[in-house]
Amino acid sequence: MNEVLLRSLTPSVLGILVRRGADFAAAEDAVQDALVEALRVWSADPPRDPKGWLVTVAWRRFLDATRADAARRRREDRVDEEPAPGPAPAVDDTLQLYFLCAHPSLTPSSAVALTLRAVGGLTTRQIAQAYLVPEATMAQRISRAKRTVSGVRFDQPGDVATVLRVLYLVFNEGYSGDVDLVAEAIRLTRQLAAAIDHPEVAGLLALMLLHHARRAARTASDGSLVPLAEQDRGRWDTESIAEGVEILQAALARDRLGEFQAQAAIAALHADARTAEETDWVQIVEWYDELARLTDSPVVRLNRAVAVGEADGPRAGLAALAAVDDTLPRHTAVAAYLHERDGDLTAAAQLYTEAAQKAPNLAERDHLTRQAARLNARGGR
Amino acid sequence: MAKYLLLKHYRGAPAAVNDVPMDQWAPEEISAHVQYMNDFAARLGKTGEFVDGQALAPEGTWVRYDGEGRPPVTDGPFAETKDLIAGWMVIDVDSYERAVELAGELSAAPGAGGKPIHEWLELRPFLGVKPTITE
Repeated sequence: MNEVLLRSLTPSVLGILVRRGADFAAAEDAVQDALVEALRVWSADPPRDPKGWLVTVAWRRFLDATRADAARRRREDRVDEEPAPGPAPAVDDTLQLYFLCAHPSLTPSSAVALTLRAVGGLTTRQIAQAYLVPEATMAQRISRAKRTVSGVRFDQPGDVATVLRVLYLVFNEGYSGDVDLVAEAIRLTRQLAAAIDHPEVAGLLALMLLHHARRAARTASDGSLVPLAEQDRGRWDTESIAEGVEILQAALARDRLGEFQAQAAIAALHADARTAEETDWVQIVEWYDELARLTDSPVVRLNRAVAVGEADGPRAGLAALAAVDDTLPRHTAVAAYLHERDGDLTAAAQLYTEAAQKAPNLAERDHLTRQAARLNARGGR
Repeated sequence: MAKYLLLKHYRGAPAAVNDVPMDQWAPEEISAHVQYMNDFAARLGKTGEFVDGQALAPEGTWVRYDGEGRPPVTDGPFAETKDLIAGWMVIDVDSYERAVELAGELSAAPGAGGKPIHEWLELRPFLGVKPTITE
């Protein structure tokens, strides 16, 4: 029984049911029933057309459920009266599903959960494990999300930017439990990129591939963070890098720049350097300028200060940093790094300690504490 | 999508506005208080924001290692300590603002006279926020 195949078929089967007139929540239930049935009978009797089989079984389940529910009688009549739809390209349905699951009426966590369930085909248990919440909590989140989008018309084009944000949220969540959300986010973004011709979708896919390519080198065997400059570049996944760069170049050639393409361009410049010293920081600063123009985000200006520090020296970096709101997360960490490069080790050690207290996660806190300890030890005790 | 810990204190928090010790409430006021918190937890279950919650007994014991081959040293119950946790609830919400809103609601549980106790709850974020890759 091929679970991967089932998962890849789920969204288009669901999309077909919804387009035929099933409401989202009922369609989702019916598809889940069909998947359970498939797991039961396929190993002994594999169908020649798995997708057709799933659509037939799910549609029958949906009609059964609808018939059993007297209150739904009218909708059943309406559905029965509709002419059977002709064959449609599967990608269209999946695409609509992306927009439905990332609907602006949903909170970010609901949109993420619904996307993983309906488009990704993950089970509620898998999603709950990945986000470290009880299964009952995740089940409620998903069923609320389903109710929220139940009345949403399926034929309106959604907002690509919202879909991309949801996918990037999944990507950044990392992984725990038995589902690798990074790989899942890449898989879903790949699927989206195949269905929709949009430079920012390509930009996000390139960005994910380029970040993902460095994943193995980013943490040491004990789980501690390894800064970019110290990473073993031999452990970078050159195949992913090549694919990411190729997708990015094709997207940039379309001349419709967006923030994901700009971020991917920065990631590509890092990935392109064979040693940390070979990094083209001048060009990276230029991309940060583009990115700041596109987003006007303080986080971007903070990262730009780091790049300026590398391109024009720590003093220039500190000057750029002075213009950034100092309450931003990681502002102190950047200040510590630039002071260290400028040779002011006492101030740097103090700032690293301060930055560690403000770190948003354990890996960063431990990393910054180690930096402070390293500088303090050098001073001699 | 960030987890927060809501801490209720027996002691150690600033005084509540409606600061009457529970043993001086009417029994039905205690029932109303407990019911309020159960309803609160149940509602968060339905919104998909509930992770965990437990009440703690007021006694605790300090324990420490006392060297190779020796049993741990214990000291307690620590009646002298300034800070005592009465219970906790873990929530998983979309924003800090939502966490504050929920903590405010929990703090409004009814107390003596059926009026909100306005107790201070400690709100602590989990160090679980995933590192957004920015390198």
